Amino acid sequence: MAKHRDDGYLSARESRQISRANRKITNEFEKRWKRKNVPESEYLTEMHDKANAVEFDDLHTYFFTDSGTVKSVDGVSFEVPRGKTVGVVGESGCGKSVTSLSLMQLLQRPQGQIVSGEIRLNLGDKAYDITKVPQMAMQDLRGNVVSMIFQEPMTSLNPVFRIGDQVDEVIALHNKELSAQEVRKRTIEAIQMVGIANAEGICEMFPHELSGGMRQRIMIAQALACEPAIIIADEPTTALDVTIQAQILDLLRNLKDKINSSIMLITHDLGVIAEMADYVVVMYAGRVVERGTVEDIFHHPAHPYTIGLMASKPVVGREVKELFSIPGKVPNPINMPNYCYLRDRCDRRLAPCDGDYPCEIAISDTHTVSCYRFYEEYRAQAVADGKDDMSAFGITGGAQDE
Amino acid sequence: MSDATKTDYAPDAPAAPALQDSEAHSDTILQVRDLKKYFPIKGGFMNRVVGWVKAVDGVTFNLKRGTTMGLVGESGCGKTTTGRTILRLSGDKTGGDVLFNGQEIYDLSHEELRHLRTKMQIIFQDPFSSLSPRLPIGEIIGEAVREHGLVPKDQFDDYIDEVMDNCGLQPFHKERYPHEFSGGQRQRICIARALALNPEFVVCDEPVSALDVSIQAQIINLLNELQETYSLTYLFISHDLSVVEHISDTVGVMYLGGLVEYGDKRDIFANPLHPYTKALFSAIPIPDPDAKMNRIVLEGSIPSPADPPQGCKFHTRCAQCMQRCKTEVPEQREVEPGHYVVCHLYDE
Repeated sequence: MAKHRDDGYLSARESRQISRANRKITNEFEKRWKRKNVPESEYLTEMHDKANAVEFDDLHTYFFTDSGTVKSVDGVSFEVPRGKTVGVVGESGCGKSVTSLSLMQLLQRPQGQIVSGEIRLNLGDKAYDITKVPQMAMQDLRGNVVSMIFQEPMTSLNPVFRIGDQVDEVIALHNKELSAQEVRKRTIEAIQMVGIANAEGICEMFPHELSGGMRQRIMIAQALACEPAIIIADEPTTALDVTIQAQILDLLRNLKDKINSSIMLITHDLGVIAEMADYVVVMYAGRVVERGTVEDIFHHPAHPYTIGLMASKPVVGREVKELFSIPGKVPNPINMPNYCYLRDRCDRRLAPCDGDYPCEIAISDTHTVSCYRFYEEYRAQAVADGKDDMSAFGITGGAQDE
Repeated sequence: MSDATKTDYAPDAPAAPALQDSEAHSDTILQVRDLKKYFPIKGGFMNRVVGWVKAVDGVTFNLKRGTTMGLVGESGCGKTTTGRTILRLSGDKTGGDVLFNGQEIYDLSHEELRHLRTKMQIIFQDPFSSLSPRLPIGEIIGEAVREHGLVPKDQFDDYIDEVMDNCGLQPFHKERYPHEFSGGQRQRICIARALALNPEFVVCDEPVSALDVSIQAQIINLLNELQETYSLTYLFISHDLSVVEHISDTVGVMYLGGLVEYGDKRDIFANPLHPYTKALFSAIPIPDPDAKMNRIVLEGSIPSPADPPQGCKFHTRCAQCMQRCKTEVPEQREVEPGHYVVCHLYDE
């Protein structure tokens, strides 16, 4: 895509050209997505590890906009084990929401498309590759196997329908054999489950009659009504006060144990992550920069971005003169550099950082990081193990220069 | 025009007798006594007033020059209304006094208030909606400066450049429009706009809530730097307790329109007294997976400010509620020097 000036200016003509080219690409994706009567064998797949609920494997989700292709998610791989909570942290615009929307197939179509990669969803006896599932089949999964708690309880409920009807809809859609009375009975159970006492009364209310915390509970009741295997909680407490946040987090934790599902918790609040998550994935500019267990990430943060993120948040009881702030800003998503995305903002830069984007290095069994600072250490480890073939670990020219 | 304005009203000018009185409490910039602000609920036949929302109901505190006071509380507890009422931005108050440099600001005439506006400024919560989309940045920052005639015309451009530089903006940004900036930069523009008037007192209404963690740190550091350079006084409104702890010298905790506890930051955080403050602080998530949580979870939600409970407003959710809490309204009491609490538990 032609770009003449650095500031991202495009003439109307260039913009038209890009949009025409985009339409060609997206039309093809849309055609595949809208097919009917697709045999199940086409999207059946095998889980790499049966203990995982979801596996993201080299996922690429791009947005084909009129000013260029935005690589929102550019090669993300991580797993969500069954019954565990995985926290996804990162700044806004780093692709954490897009990753979860890819799993739900709720991307802004037709611009947003999963271009390559696999998302393997464990359905117990079989597994689906979500990236290949067509529209019709996806409707049975959404809300039933995978469901999502959205960020803003104020805007995610429909203001013109009663609460009860909105929760009924989810249950009725996935349990067609139930009668209306049975559906309402389950709705009331679901609403009681999230700690609302007067469930029958609430069913007859409209969303505007409820407070923010209550609305968020209704969102959770709606998401959990069909006892999904995976719950995606996209910033479930960001819009709420600390006291309500504490209630909601407690509730989520208890419900997770009750219906034994996995949670993918997306937030930028490290405090919430420390409290809720078993595993943490740190994302930056559409890529995973570091992942590991909570203890790994909080006690031995390895990537400079993770370290910076932790230092920049004031903590109650820890007094500092000045907060650390990561200098500079995230590179333009339309024109990503071919070196490490953090290089220009990093205070621990090394000579090899000018090379290609670093690949993932496992620094312990559970902890991986994409940073050149660990290449050397890892090489020493590999030599000791008697395997000196560094090319197997994807180390490119840049690293060997050191 | 500019000279005339200056002599009319400037704190160092001799012709401002009201300000001379303030010498007695020259280190107190702001005194708020029993401030009340009610909003009418209209309804029924002929749109009559059928009730009052008691958004701010008896707030008392003093603010020392050059310090920062943090105001925390749940949403809907009246933090923002307090900030706006202090600046006389939301019509008339319902009761109480607001003394700025010893001067009751609700007694000022329209013209006097206009001049006082340069001394008290506000930074709004949402940097996306508080900047006019059709004005270039230079105009947004400079409009009020020109209006008040603070600097001579020939120095105007240099002055704006200097203010922008202090707030971390480049001179070439002047010609650009708000949509060309990121959230952090927009918040810098809002700060520059407030500081261009060389104020003494700034109300920061959740200035970092809409920003990312790393940008938050930049803005907080900037606010701290500017406080030292210009010896500013801040009223910092936020619901993020960790940010408030970092930036404030004194902290006030609000619940349902009233200040329940108020005192030095260290006292409040080390030794919270009011049951609500205790619950609030125990709910802060700690970024350490091994941290022990002794959480006091408050049942229910905040009552409606249109129909607040009798007696102590917190008694409906309080774990240590006594019989008298349901009927008697507690008074503000100084438990330790400089540490005030509104609770029957600390009555002698």
